[in-house]
Parts: sequence; structure tokens; C-alpha cells
Amino acid sequence: MTTTFIPDTLVKPARPWRRTHRSTLAMLGFMVLAGLSSTGIVAVTGLAGPLGWYVAFVFSLAVLGFLGSFFRDRVVAVDLFATVLICTAFMTVLIPWVSIFYSVIKRGAPAFYKGYLTTDMLVTSSGEALNLGGLSHAIVGTLLMLTIASLICIPLGIIAAIYIVEIKGRFAGVVRFLTQAMSGVPSIVAGLFIYSTLVILVFHSFSGIAGACALAILMLPTVTRTAEEVLKLVPDHLRAASYALGASQTQTTFKVVLPSVRSGLITASVLGLARVAGETAPLLLTSGYFIKLTTNVRNGAIGSLPTYIFSTLGAGTTESVTRAWGGACVLLALILILFIGARSLGGRNKGR
Amino acid sequence: MPTQLVSDASPETSPDDPVGRVIATEYGPSDKVFRGVITSGAMMSLVVLALIGAFLLFRGLEIFRDFGFGFITNVVWDPGDGIDKATASFGIGAMLVGSVVTAVIALLIATPFAMGTALFLEFYCPSWLRIFLTSVLDLVAAIPSVIYGVWGYAVFMKYGTSWGRALNEHLGWLPLFHVPSQNFERSPLIAGMVLALMIVPITTSVARAVYSQAPRDQIDAVYALGGSRWSGIRHIVLPFGRSGLIGGAMLGLGRALGETVAVYLVLNLVFRINFEILASVGGNVASLIANKFAEAGEYELKALMAAGLVLFLVTLLVNFAATAIVGRTRGTES
Amino acid sequence: MITMLTDNTSTVETTHQQASPASEVAETSAMETRGIHAWFGKNHVLRNVSLQFPTNSVTGLIGPSGCGKSTFLRLLNRMHEFIPTAAMAGEVFLDGQDIYRPGAAAAELRLRVGMVFQKPNPFPSMTIQQNVLAGPTLSKTKVADKKDLVEDCLTRAGLWKEVKDRLDAYGSSLSGGQQQRLCIARALAVRPDVLLMDEPCSALDPGSTLRIEETIHELSESMTIVIVTHNMQQAARVSDYCAFFLSEDGPGHLVEAGLTSMIFSNPSDQRTADYVQGRFG
Repeated sequence: MTTTFIPDTLVKPARPWRRTHRSTLAMLGFMVLAGLSSTGIVAVTGLAGPLGWYVAFVFSLAVLGFLGSFFRDRVVAVDLFATVLICTAFMTVLIPWVSIFYSVIKRGAPAFYKGYLTTDMLVTSSGEALNLGGLSHAIVGTLLMLTIASLICIPLGIIAAIYIVEIKGRFAGVVRFLTQAMSGVPSIVAGLFIYSTLVILVFHSFSGIAGACALAILMLPTVTRTAEEVLKLVPDHLRAASYALGASQTQTTFKVVLPSVRSGLITASVLGLARVAGETAPLLLTSGYFIKLTTNVRNGAIGSLPTYIFSTLGAGTTESVTRAWGGACVLLALILILFIGARSLGGRNKGR
Repeated sequence: MPTQLVSDASPETSPDDPVGRVIATEYGPSDKVFRGVITSGAMMSLVVLALIGAFLLFRGLEIFRDFGFGFITNVVWDPGDGIDKATASFGIGAMLVGSVVTAVIALLIATPFAMGTALFLEFYCPSWLRIFLTSVLDLVAAIPSVIYGVWGYAVFMKYGTSWGRALNEHLGWLPLFHVPSQNFERSPLIAGMVLALMIVPITTSVARAVYSQAPRDQIDAVYALGGSRWSGIRHIVLPFGRSGLIGGAMLGLGRALGETVAVYLVLNLVFRINFEILASVGGNVASLIANKFAEAGEYELKALMAAGLVLFLVTLLVNFAATAIVGRTRGTES
Repeated sequence: MITMLTDNTSTVETTHQQASPASEVAETSAMETRGIHAWFGKNHVLRNVSLQFPTNSVTGLIGPSGCGKSTFLRLLNRMHEFIPTAAMAGEVFLDGQDIYRPGAAAAELRLRVGMVFQKPNPFPSMTIQQNVLAGPTLSKTKVADKKDLVEDCLTRAGLWKEVKDRLDAYGSSLSGGQQQRLCIARALAVRPDVLLMDEPCSALDPGSTLRIEETIHELSESMTIVIVTHNMQQAARVSDYCAFFLSEDGPGHLVEAGLTSMIFSNPSDQRTADYVQGRFG
């Protein structure tokens, strides 16, 4: 048969299945055609602005792809059509989120001036000029309530996770299931519960502690579930080694297991915080809203970022709406900081 | 040196049914304390959940006694003169319908996008981009509802309004798209669209987790038979991930049912049953509570508690069902 | 590196330097590879494999694990490219045309070069009949007589007698060996010219293995089969030709290839002799 000799020193890796110039041009031509037809559609139906054009474009792509499937090889055409649809769906969904981030920054920026973060609204009404007043009371209130909520919630969450993973008690399944159920409690119901217990029976007024408790209820499932996942990752042979050395369960848990997941537990806690930092409804019912900077968490209403946003938006004037955006900006920044903190403290990415 | 390895004291014969001895760890005192503390701490979540239900029931019981099942079906919310109970009439019927309508709209819009996003991330996205986008998705899931509400009110409203108007112009013959007046602002459709945006990340995460477990060897078999990437997805991944997608959608539904602030800021609260989703009329139970709470007298407050209880039970049910459905797919794989 | 695939009974011309025209490929080979290299990212896993597969024969690819046999197999039906970091060089000819030429449709190729995998993978949500017809369904090919096709494929795969009464049962209700034969029937339904088999019996018991080997023997009368196997005895039993792959601290490469009888009784290379005699593996 044949003998073949090819010197392999000059061979370079290649990917001949990748898109060639010709097929890229074909795709571009396809998109241009869709663009032309969408311009036509917009002219006929009067859809509004760039967004309307985008919708028409997607529609044209879909129709053209569908028609194309009758000409070319069916399987390949359907595959192309599906690819276009899925990629478009993804990009469509990104647009509003990008818009949110963009709006928050663009519309909130005018509210910032030198004293914005350090003044409260005690002497300023939200309709006044933007270089007066600020949201110091909101920031302080939020931070205080988040701290109290953490103090309640993080130990409880870690304890629940230890119960499920380390002790594996009789009720472990029940606790797990109910924690999951708790994550679905509507935030306003948590607020209602705390209102009917702490606010009415204990404090007889709005209070920061009540607000913190409502937040803790909402935070607990997240912390528990993340802590549980982190504890599950500890390999069993680590525990086995500790027991084999004669350590008790207490010693094993505190000296072997927990230290090895310390960063994961920190991530769990910070993620839980990020989730509740922006909750408004429960705070409306428990800590109310107060325009003065205060550290009294025991009785009396206290300001917070979400309720600040809510109340300034409700005032309705241009200036107050800008203040609302400014508050949104600070809130989003807080959540971003918490997120980045969680990731960097936690180390490796938990992305699936 | 001993030559015998089996001692004389060993039993000659063993009964056919040997009785097992109990082997269990006896925990030392420090461990007993530790286990006790941990166990009671863990029970807190059970306790809290039970307490929530109990308190709401306790406070709202009077309302159920006075109005019975009518509390759920009645559409009027009238605190009366605040003093005489007989003048009051409470019913969450309109708001319950509103909750369901907005949540269903959100579900119908969000689910296809969530499925598309999950498929994109899992099968179409280049790997270097995937990690970044997953983090972005996690971040977006953390955007607070009040910000969605502000954005929905101040930025999105005009787009939603013009789309509503266009829908009414071209498809207005459908009863769903009738409107009593030309005001398309603050409609259930707009609220539903904002809610859809909020629940896409949840559904996407769940769907993605399930799709990533689809059996690769079968997808390979599809390719080897001349199928394309979409063939593999359509015939293997989607049937495999169906329960995951449904479960994820239901989790999103649960969230949408209980959403307060975003709906409150975007929707125009009117207390009547309304299926005309383009009209500026709607509400949901959560925003009812938020709206009426501040000026509620004693009796009205109890009615709000009762409303909260109903909402709590509904969302609990939806979430239980969702977890069970998702658990079914995960269970068969582990 | 020079490789030879000799067959004493046929007379074929000898030619070539690099980049020879496709028309000079010997007519008795269904597929031919020339200077095939494969990479995963920067990892060079296969080096300069040039091999011909004579028509209607069985060629066994043998060698220790990890020397690139499966990667080579996947290059033959363009499944290698599904791995994101995959790259290759060289040419693969089917009927005189390079399957990696620009504009070549990979999906169509896979209808002509079928594959059976190591672990039986019938589609669990489809019945036996639907499994067999999966190929035409996916490629949206019209089938004149479905029942005929199903019976023909299952008979050739040696499964018809056992399942003819329960074509509506689900694929997952069969035993391991039966599932693998179902996968073979499924691969046959698109009428491929070449069938690639990646260790098809390694997950099966000896009884099923023997029956599949019989099937392979019967199928080779009408198609070209390339089978990767770790089991030397199986290679000796089932293949007409053998190609021995080896990886010595580097990319896998072809050491020797020829008639099975020659490879086993009188190999030219000492390494081949060591391997077939079990001195390493």
C-alpha cells in the first residue's frame, strides 16, 4: 500500500472547523438583511425608538432564520436559528440590568456633594436644593441594623449548619427542609410577624432592634444553607483523623472542622448580609423611618437606606427623586462592597 | 512461641441467627453540652417558622371568625369608621387576584428568558466569559427590590406604557387587552415585566444547575448520529432538565407572589378585581399590607395580619412544591 | 516517521511526498489519514499518524491506555472538535475528500462515519424502535419503510430475535450487552460506510462480548470497521489489521501497523513484540 512521509517539525495546530471568512461574511449579510427589514417594520408599525428597532430586529432574525431553514440543510439551519434565538434572549435580558446600573449612577450622581454622606435630613426637607441635607442617618441606621442582625443570625445559622452536618441529629432533615421553606417567607410577612411581637408587645414603638430581627429572619436561611454547603465540603477523613486521636466531638468541631472552613463561613455571612441589606418592606413595619441621625436602636424609629429611598421617592419632587437615586447609588455600592468582600474573603469562586 | 491462633475459649458453634450487640457512642459531658446547645440552636428555625404562623393566626383569627371564607373572596376593603366593627368589611379577593395576575405575567415572561440564559451559559458561552457572567448573575440577583421599583417607576415606565399602548392598538380585540381609558401607565403588565426581571436570576440558577448534570455521553451519541448542538439540547438536555426548569420557575413564582415594594412603586393600587392587564389598575396582597399599615386601627390591623397569613401560606405552598419538584431531578442523579 | 500498512494480496502503487492529490489514494481504502496530529491546548497528544483503513475490513487500534487511540478515533468522525481546546493538523480522507476541508459539513460526515461508544448509551426517553430510528429522525431524513429499517438494523446487530416482540419497551430495560447492540443498530440506521467503535465491549460481560464480536465480523462484510481495544485477545480475534500506538513520554504515535497475523506472530518493532507478549501494558 502507500507510504507517506511528512516532516512533522513544521506542523502547527489548526482548527479547520472554526468559522471561516466566508461563513462570517454570510452571517453578517444575514444580519444586514434583518436590519433592513426591521427598519421597514418600524416605519410601518411605529414602534418607539431604539428599543422598538431592537424588537423588530429580533423578530426579523427569527423570521429570516425560519425561512432559511427551508433552503439549506434543515438540521444546520434549525441549529443556527436556535443559536440566534438563545444568544438574543440572553442579550435582551442583559439590557434592563445594564440600564439599572447606568441609571443609578447617572441619575444618582447629582445628589452627591461634599456633605452628602455626612449630613442627615433633620433640617432639610427632601424637596429642597440638592446641596443641602444628606443620608448619613440612613447609612448609620442600615449599618447598625445589619450589625445587630449579623450578631443574631450568624451564630444561629452556623449552629444550625453544624447540627445538620456534624451532629446529624434526628431532626436534621426537618431543619434543612424548614430552613429552605423559610427562605420563601415574603419579606413583608417577616415584618408583620416582628411588628406583632416585638413592636407591639415589647418595645411599644418602632425600633432598630425590631428591624434587625426582621432582617435576621430573612437572612437566616441564606447563612444556614451556605454554611451547610461549606461544612459538607470538609472531607470526612479529616474528622476521622481527629477522632482517631481521641478528640471529642466538641474539640473536633471547634479545632479541626471550623478552622478549615473559616473563609467559607465568612462568605456565607457576608452573602446573607448582601441579601437583606436592601430589604424595604420589613423595615417599613418595624423600624419605620426617621430623618435624624441617631444610634438609638431600642426605641424610636430609625432611618435606613431602603426606607430613605422609599420616602424620598414618595415625596415626588424632582429633587427628592434625585435623592432617591442617590440613595439607590449608595445602597448598590454597599451591596457591591459586600459581594466583593464575600468573594475575596471566601477565596475560590463557588460558581458551579 | 504460641502455635495456636484460636483460643480455647472461643465458642465452638455459632447460632444461625446471631444476636447483634448494640454499639453506639456514649458522648462525654462536654460533648453532651455541645450537642445540646447545637440542637437547641438549630431548633430556632423551626421555632421561628412556627411562631410566625402562630402569631399571625392568633391576631387574624378574629377576622376569620367574623368573615369566614368571605375574607378571601370579598373584594371590598373598608375599615369603616374605625370604631364600630360592624361597619368594616375586609376582603382580599381583589388583591389576591392581583397577586396572582402579576405573578403569572412575570412567570410567563421570565421563564423563556431564564431557560435561554441557562442554555446560553451552559452550552453556548465561551468558558472564559462564563465565570464572569455567572458572577454578574449572582450580583444581579442581589439587587434590592426597592431599586427595581425606582427604576421601574422612573425609567422603564415610559417604555412599558408605549408597549401597552401598541398592544392595545393592534391586539385590543382580545378581552385581556381592553382598557377603560387611554391611560396605560402603572399597569399590571408593567409590574409583571419588572417582576419578571427580578425572578430571572433565580430560575436561571436552578435551571443551569440541572442542565449541567445532563448526561454528556448521550449528547455525544446525538452528535455521533449527525445531530447538531441544538439537536442535543432539544432531545436530551431539555427533557432531562424539565423538572428543574419547572421547579426554578415555581421558586420565581413564589418570590413574585410575595414581592412588595417593587409592585407598590410601579402599580397603581386600586381595590377591585381586574384582568385587563393593560389598564392602570391592580395591586397585590403584599402592597395592600404596606399601603394600609400606617393608618390602620386595631381591627384593620388584625385584618392585615390575616392577609399576611394567607400570603404566607400561599408562598409556603408554592415553595414546598418547587423544592419537591427540583429535588426529584437532583435525587435521580445523586 | 514512516508507516506501512501492508497487504500481501493486493497490489497498490507507492507514491508521495507531502500534500499529494487525493486521487492517488488507493482505491481499496475507505478512509485514510495523513500526518494527523492532535492537541488539547498546548498539550501535543498525537503525532504524525498516517494510516489507511482498507474497505470492508476490521482494523484494530491497540496500545496501552493514554496513547491517543480514542483521540485518533474521534478525529475520524470530527467529534474531537467538540472539546473547546482541541486542535489538529493533517488530513483525513473519506472517498478521496479531506473531511476537514473548508466548507465540509461535519454533521453529514457523521452520517457516513458512525460511532459506538464505550458505555452503552441508548436514549432513555425513547423506545427501542425510536432509538434505532433516532439517526434519521435527528437528521430529518425521510425513511420509506420504518419497520423494515428497524428490523434490518436490529438483525444486523444481532438483537432482532430478542426484542422483536417488545419494540415499544424503553431502551433502558435491556441488559448491558443488549443495550450495546441497540446502540450498534442505532448507528447502522443511517447506513454509514465506516463504523468506529471505542472499546465497545469493555463495560460488558464475556458472553455479551463474544456476541458483539460475532456481530462485528458479520458487519465487516459490508462496511469498514475501526475498533479501539485494550484487550489484545479481542484484537487478535476480531481484526484483520492492527495498528499499534505508543506514547513514550510525549505525544502518542503509530509504531507499527499491518496484518493482525503479522503483528502478533512476527512484528518488525521490538516494542510491538513486547506489548503483544504482555511484557508491558
